[in-house]
This record gives sequence, C-alpha cells and structure tokens, in this order.
Amino acid sequence: MRKSKALLFEMGRSGRQGYSLPSCDVPEKPLDELLPQKMQRSEPPDMPELSEVEVIRHYTELSTRNFGVDTGFYPLGSCTMKYNPKVNEEVAALPGFACLHPCQPEETVQGALELYYNMEQRLKELTGMERFTMQPSAGAHGELTGLMVIQAYHRHRGDHKRNKVLIPVTAHGTNPATVTMAGYEVVQLPADERGNVDLEALKEAVDDTTSALMLTNPSTLGLFEEEITEMARVVHDKGGLLYYDGANLNAIMGYARPGDMGFDVVHLNIHKTLSTPHGGGGPGSGPVGVKERLIPFLPVPLVDKKGEQFYFDYDLPDSIGKVQSFYGNFGVVVKAYNYVCMMGAEGLKQVSTDAVLNSNYLASLLQKTYTIPYDRLRKHEFVVSAKPEKKKGAGAGDIAKALLDRGFHPPTVYFPLIVDEALMTEPNDTESKETLDAYAQAMEEIAKDIDKDAEKVAAGPHYTVVGRLDEVRAVRNPVLRWEKE
Amino acid sequence: MDFNVIEGLKYTQQHEWARQEGDTAVVGLSDYAQDKLGEIVFVELPDIGAAVEAGKSAAVIESVKAVADLYAPVDGTVTEVNETLLDQPELINQDPYGEGWVFKVEVKDESQLNSLMDKPTYEEFIIKEEEEE
Repeated sequence: MRKSKALLFEMGRSGRQGYSLPSCDVPEKPLDELLPQKMQRSEPPDMPELSEVEVIRHYTELSTRNFGVDTGFYPLGSCTMKYNPKVNEEVAALPGFACLHPCQPEETVQGALELYYNMEQRLKELTGMERFTMQPSAGAHGELTGLMVIQAYHRHRGDHKRNKVLIPVTAHGTNPATVTMAGYEVVQLPADERGNVDLEALKEAVDDTTSALMLTNPSTLGLFEEEITEMARVVHDKGGLLYYDGANLNAIMGYARPGDMGFDVVHLNIHKTLSTPHGGGGPGSGPVGVKERLIPFLPVPLVDKKGEQFYFDYDLPDSIGKVQSFYGNFGVVVKAYNYVCMMGAEGLKQVSTDAVLNSNYLASLLQKTYTIPYDRLRKHEFVVSAKPEKKKGAGAGDIAKALLDRGFHPPTVYFPLIVDEALMTEPNDTESKETLDAYAQAMEEIAKDIDKDAEKVAAGPHYTVVGRLDEVRAVRNPVLRWEKE
Repeated sequence: MDFNVIEGLKYTQQHEWARQEGDTAVVGLSDYAQDKLGEIVFVELPDIGAAVEAGKSAAVIESVKAVADLYAPVDGTVTEVNETLLDQPELINQDPYGEGWVFKVEVKDESQLNSLMDKPTYEEFIIKEEEEE
C-alpha cells in the first residue's frame, strides 16, 4: 500500500528554490517609496520552498492516483462515463477553434458559427425538436433554462396559475433542485410495480396548476416508460408541457426521439452522450431544444444563416435573455460535433445498441448472485439492490469500497432512492465483453467474501492509498484549508 | 424485528412519528427511518409559526446517503423546534423518539392524528415494505 502523501507545504527546506532570476537591469527603489507602509506585510508569506523536480514529482505522483475512464471501468450509473476518443481533443485544439476570442466580429468567426449551426441541425434530427440553444454550461443549467422557457411560455399566454412541476420518484436529484430554483413547487409521482410512472397517480396529479412534467426516459432504473405517449396526452390535455431530461439519451439514439414521444423541451448532456470528458475532467455542455411554440422564449442569441452568412440572432423580444456570459462551452460543442460527424447516424444508433446490449448482458451475469428489482428488459443501466447483502453485514456502500480494492470504479450508490441499497450500474457502449466479465467476476467474489466475513468487507477498502474515509466527520467538520501546526 | 417501535405514538407511511401532548403533537423520525437514512449530518427546521400541511414537507433531513423530506403528519402551526439538532443532528440517530424530536405542531384537527398508524399497524407496515423489495 502506498502511503498518503505529504503536502507541498510540509516538504522542502528553507532557502531552496526552483529558479534563479537574472540580476535586475533597472535601478531598484526601496519598497517604502513604491507601497505605503500600511499595505506592506510585516513578514514574508510562508510559501513552500522546493526545487522544480520536487514539485514535478509531487504532482506527477498525485496524477497517478486519478481514476478515470482512461485507466479503468467506470460504471457510474446515469453518468454515461464512456470512453472519449482522443481525436475529439485534437480537433478542439486546432488553432482556428482554440484561439478564437468571444468578442471577435461575426465575419471573422464564420467557421465557429457554422459549427454551431450544423450541430443544431444534427441535435434536432437526433431528438425531434425544432430549435436548440448551446448556451447552458451543463445538464442542471440546461434544466433551469428549459424550465424558465416553459415558465415564460405560460406567462406569455397570461396563464399565471401554473406553479407546480410533476417529477417521478425515479428522477435525477437535480430535477427537484431545478424546479425549486425556478420557483416552482415539486409534486412527486410514485412508480408502479413495473417501474413505470404510475399513470393513475399522474392523472390525479395533473390539473390547471401543472406547469410541466419533468421526466427522464429511460428512467434511472434503466427502464423505458411504457406509457409515455399516454402520459404526454394526459399532461397536454390539461395545458401542461413535457420536459425531457436527456441524461439517459445514450440508450435510445436512432431508435426513439423525445420529440416524437410528445416532449416539448429537451436538454442534452452532450458531455455524456456525445463523448466529452466530464466528472471532474472538464466542463459540460447542456444544449436545450424546444418545439416550435417555445422558440420565441429561447435565450439570445440563436445562431442563424442569411444566404451564405452565419450570424447571431438577437431579435427575440420574448426571450428569457442570456443564460451565460458568452455562447456556451464552445470547445465542448466542438468535441461533441466531431464525435457526431465521425459516428454518423448509423454509428450513433450502434452506440445505443451496444449500450443496451452491455447493460442487459452485465445484468444477466450479476443476476446469478445479486437481486435486481423490476426484472424486465433494461436500457443502458440497471439497479442492483444489495438489501440481502446488507442483512448479512455489508451493504451497497461496502460493496462499492470492495470494488475499489479490485480496481473498478463503483456504480452510483444509494440512488435511485426507490431501490433499497441501490447500486446503479451503467456499463456504457465502449466496454468489451472481457471487461464486463471481469467486473461480474469481481462482484461475485465480493458476494462470497460477504458470506465468509462480512465484517472485513464492511471495513474496506484495504488496498487503496487511503482506507475508509470518515464521511460523517467530513460533512460535519470539514477542514478546507491547510494550517501550519 | 430490529427496529424499535414504541407504544403510544402515531406513525405515518413516510415514517414520521407523532406524540400527542394536549393540543400539540411532537413530531420526529421513526427508528426504522433513521436506520435507513444512515448517519444524519444536517437538519433544516421549519420556522416557528409556519403553517404545515399533512403529507407536505415540513423539514429536511440530510444523511451521508441521501436528503429526505420530513412530512408533517397533521395540519397545524409549528409552535416549537428542536434547535439542538442544528448542532447535533446525530441525536436523531441516537434517540429518535426522545432527544431527536424535530418540531411541535398545534393540531388543528385531532381526527387526523387518530387516523395515523398505531404500533402494531406500523410494525406490519414495515414488515410489508421490507418484503416488497
């Protein structure tokens, strides 16, 4: 086991330095002449004093402790931690993209605008929506933008009664947070025994105060909402709109489109589905798409085309305004656009085929040892319930730690809340059968270890850089700043 | 069963308990619910004087695993809150039916309180819920 590493502040020696500057070639002046006394510090700052090689070794060593898609299997449910092709990075680093300044005049950034325009056409085709904004920085930002567009639509019609948003119990945690941020009240919908939204409960909950139904399809259980068109009809009949959380789009590309299911607003997490780094590895991007009647309310500017010229269209008097200082995380859109172009329509369909195949294959292996509630054909992910293992003494969190010991990133744990001791597992389209087999074997071994000595499993991890962290103390008494003893 | 359910309290399907004290009811989280949530790290209390509605969120409980709403068991007005929980949220884990109480509410309609589950009914409810999954 490697030892926990000292901080830079705890290393080095007084007087050591990693650089030597040439002597000053302008006359020096006393500090008092340059800065008033009260702005000078009484003693020099206590900075670490290190040589260059010490600093390099420190950070290189830390970098080897990262776990990412490039180092191992990362089945973090609903996060779509697929492999991101390196050519995406090369394209985004082309100077024509990377060296742009957001304040450049339109005629000098025609290529960038064309890319946005073309990306919008492809996202429209992928989702069945009619216009997109690329501004939102990530999924949750997209959610808020989408809800604000819905709010603007209702208000524009003079419909001020709609103060509630319906959310199923299987929703992502960001959904209720977004609803609250947008000033709405959350109404939670239960699931039926097949894991669908309970249609009868939906019918009862919808009325003339319903602004929208917010839904992820397939859900966090990895299940496709079987009654989606009927659900859309029920909500639309009462004047409400349908919001599609695109977090799980990786399951249905080329097979089904939110626009065809009846959704009015969609956000995509292109940093998940369309392969750009995320989860601590880079910024996200959450484009929002809408149907015709909502276009006037989208954020400004939209990118449009007049003859052969691309331009920013600010002429949307009913727009909710800007939701980002400039035009979105451009580099991320470049990477995703590159991916979409490389894959093509057939390729993206194959992505979803493989994501669903991998998920069902892995679930079938794990089912020999573990309980997977809502047993029907799954989409891109599935949820194991470690409830029986918990009764033996080691639950979902302990299994997650045991996976760390075996070199795997754990699934999402304790979510969705509808499944007790949940391990939400999303194997993705980019993993091989060998990797899935190895993971299934590790899970089987962990189950055996729990039967043999649950206490040992519950005390893990045993082979990582640090052992079990005290999560309770970290929350109750966080130490966020190093202080000299 | 591993969970402590005590006599004389009323229980909801969302695992709150209520104890009648004259016109008011003391409200907290059941032992079963605190065990499910795991170690509690943060509690958001209602304002004194706030109107709460049966089945609607009145407080928020955050554990290392999840954030959960605590629903009001009855309609009424909040008369007192357990401010000790702000510094010691773990009291809900340690003593859910005693020092871990969350708030007190002036009961509008006593029949709402009477319609909640008693000890044997709640125990059956938990057993059923455990078997379902």
